[in-house]
Amino acid sequence: MPGGLSWRNVRRRHTAENMNQKAIEPPPSLYAIFMAFALIALISVGGGVSGWMMRDFVTRRRWISSEEFLSGLALAQAFPGINVVNLTIWMGYRFRGNRGVVVATLGLLVPAIAVAIAIVSVFSELSHISSVHYALAGISAAAIGLSLEMGIFAARQSMTGLLPILITIATFVSIFVFGVSLIWVIAIVTPCSIAAAWWHMKKIRGAESDDYPAA
Amino acid sequence: MIILLLDLISVFAPLSLLTIGGGQSIIPAIHSQAVDVHQWMSNAEFIELFALSRLTPGPKTLLVTMIGWHVGGFAAAITASIAIFLPSSVLMYYLVRLWARHERSLLIRAISQGLAPVAAGMVLAGTGTILRAAEGGAWAWAVAIMTTVCLLYTRLSPLLLLALGGVVFVVARP
Repeated sequence: MPGGLSWRNVRRRHTAENMNQKAIEPPPSLYAIFMAFALIALISVGGGVSGWMMRDFVTRRRWISSEEFLSGLALAQAFPGINVVNLTIWMGYRFRGNRGVVVATLGLLVPAIAVAIAIVSVFSELSHISSVHYALAGISAAAIGLSLEMGIFAARQSMTGLLPILITIATFVSIFVFGVSLIWVIAIVTPCSIAAAWWHMKKIRGAESDDYPAA
Repeated sequence: MIILLLDLISVFAPLSLLTIGGGQSIIPAIHSQAVDVHQWMSNAEFIELFALSRLTPGPKTLLVTMIGWHVGGFAAAITASIAIFLPSSVLMYYLVRLWARHERSLLIRAISQGLAPVAAGMVLAGTGTILRAAEGGAWAWAVAIMTTVCLLYTRLSPLLLLALGGVVFVVARP
């Protein structure tokens, strides 16, 4: 099975006080994968789907390490496609190879598509009720909190040295403050960050450590 | 009907590959295709579907499913969904496979680790951008920050926190 346990063991990070100190669970069954993704798709009203995924798969079920999750998240954003669908494909493959991809993606989309069709065919007046409107705005605001928590967690995980801290800040400031398009950030900041990681790894290669940078 | 399904595919399959940085980025293109180019619906109907898609759990791009339903019922809804989700998924699948095959190489490990700080910055900036545009202004900031604090420092269920956010807005009507 590609993307199985051995890879996770190699890649596990050893930062103190974080969740991935706990062992990663053995690969889940196809049924468990389907149900887990379906549940996330159905409870994520108001957005924050990837935040739910991190809480569920990294923290609660421990099916994937936070570093694997975060590099998947970055690739999911950098590649064309709906971010959460890309992230689902990433995780599905890590859980159970090709069949994991199919089952995870169907789990995310099929129940959600069914609900979307039900809503559009039955409740077309729903969005006019003002209480529904306000409730949804409030739920969405709270869901932003879910994403913010994930951002803080991701920042803590990656801020292991001066250079990663600067890269995180540069990415944040260029997108949020200066409104630079995501494509430019991906094209300019990412190669710099990768080059820095590459250079650092080459330097410490003899020390038999794959941590970047050394704590 | 077949013509309509082909139209849906010809609109949404290319957009699938143009979605970079999240589903939000193709909403204007979907709007112009559905309302102006193909005239599947009026502007008011589009806004209605957009509002409904925000009520729906799961990816916000299910707006495309709803547009399909609106123009041609069940078959069109499924066709539109496949058109928007499948092409980019196939691309991502091959990337993930390539990744797994070379996972031990120095280059892939460097890319993986180099991506982490960029991902953190992107998540924070994306969250900030959504918050800046959120309905309810200061109320939205307050609810989002309180939710974050509770998630970080308490064991309250995220579902409970989402419900609380909804209740605050229904009462305060910001």
